[in-house]
Amino acid sequence: MKLTLHIWRQRSPTAKGQMVRYDVPDVSPDMSFLEMLDVVNEGLILKGEEPIAFEHDCREGICGSCGFMINGVAHGPSRGTAVCQLHMRQYKDGDVLFVEPFRARAFPLLKDLAVDRRALDRIITAGGYISVRTGSAPEGNVIPVPKEKAELAMDAAACIGCGACVAACPNASAALFTGAKITHLGLLPQGQAERDQRAKKMVAQANVEVFGNCTNIGECEAVCPKEIKIEVIARMNRDYLKAAWKNRESYRDDDPVELALSRGKP
Amino acid sequence: MSSLAVGSPYDRAFRFYESTVFKKAVMAVTGLILFAFVIGHLIGNLQVYEGPEKMDAYGRFLRIEPVLLWAVRLVLLGAVLLHILMTVQLALLKKKARPIGYVKKDNSHSSYASRTMYWSGPIIAVFIIYHILHLTLGVAQPDGFEEGHPYANLVRGFQNPAVSSFYILAMILLCLHLYHGVFSMFQSLGANHPIYTPLLRKFAAGIAIAIAIGYISIPVSVLAGWLH
Repeated sequence: MKLTLHIWRQRSPTAKGQMVRYDVPDVSPDMSFLEMLDVVNEGLILKGEEPIAFEHDCREGICGSCGFMINGVAHGPSRGTAVCQLHMRQYKDGDVLFVEPFRARAFPLLKDLAVDRRALDRIITAGGYISVRTGSAPEGNVIPVPKEKAELAMDAAACIGCGACVAACPNASAALFTGAKITHLGLLPQGQAERDQRAKKMVAQANVEVFGNCTNIGECEAVCPKEIKIEVIARMNRDYLKAAWKNRESYRDDDPVELALSRGKP
Repeated sequence: MSSLAVGSPYDRAFRFYESTVFKKAVMAVTGLILFAFVIGHLIGNLQVYEGPEKMDAYGRFLRIEPVLLWAVRLVLLGAVLLHILMTVQLALLKKKARPIGYVKKDNSHSSYASRTMYWSGPIIAVFIIYHILHLTLGVAQPDGFEEGHPYANLVRGFQNPAVSSFYILAMILLCLHLYHGVFSMFQSLGANHPIYTPLLRKFAAGIAIAIAIGYISIPVSVLAGWLH
């Protein structure tokens, strides 16, 4: 089949970008979307042009590297899949596709369709951990975890941090991502010690990164390749409000490491 | 290397009242207060169908205790102002959070009501100001306003089709605003449940439509000549 692509091309973070039209003949319905872009890129390289930059790694929907907008939808039209799992059989001959990078102030554009999503890593660093003695693995049944909680925690832990929720949100909010991380650890017994601080720190970090606020409209859960529900956002709100209610002092008062960091003495 | 930025934005982010989650909680609580008012106001106003005596007596009843009346008015005014303040702050953040928009964006997975909150809200705010000038203060009542006769004022006001149309439009927007708002306030305060939340969404739709029909019936009844 023959497709018309309009792809965002931008040489560097500071260069001016624009949509560029590419007519692609002979697209096989068995190709994945990324393979189709590979073919386009081979053609560009043969012509001596710069290939289209896009991120990818595992190409089986588990790493969270890939992701861009196709006709205004993050990861394209298939539900519960990353763009690497999207196949060209979803399209028909003559389709016109607009391919754009994820847009958010917190996701500065690097080149073409590749954006810097380290803001999400910084949210995890701020509170997405538990403090345990590392070393040899403990006996598996030492800490009982109710099955229902374990499954809900695993549903949230399925988040691959691709950033589609931010891209789809009209407010560029990272609430689904942050909520998934807070839910994942907050549901498990091992996550209780830092539960209050985690909610405060991760929400604060999301605010520092200038992600928008959640308006509960649900565009994020529709595009999430792991089909994470906005219930995790409610859990984040609940944990945060409880933490704010219980302890309204700055986190630094009870965290010597952060206190030292804030004074510039790590 | 620590990823924690040091300096004022970080300090500010750690004040709970600066956080997006807290601002949405304020919006939810003030929204709940205003939702309760909208229901109470409707129940009171439906007495218009019981005739002028009953309606005017209701008007006097509300004014028996001025201190109480003003206490309620101040709570409502505070709720409206906080609701608007949070909206403005979050709308500015929204603009900041995505400086470059999409060439093409599909928002078809959210409800029309949820995507138009930024439009329905301000129009309802303008309506509230007009409504107070019209039927509380009587300033916007073109042909004579009788203090203490809400029934007569209401009928005279709604006989003007332009006035009635604006009331009806505002109530349709209120219906949309509540359709999303009544669900959203629970979500913002951290309540979401796989069984109860779908029921809540149905309840929100039902109550939003019931409230709109209740309010719209009054100008329609006046225009149809059933109330005179």
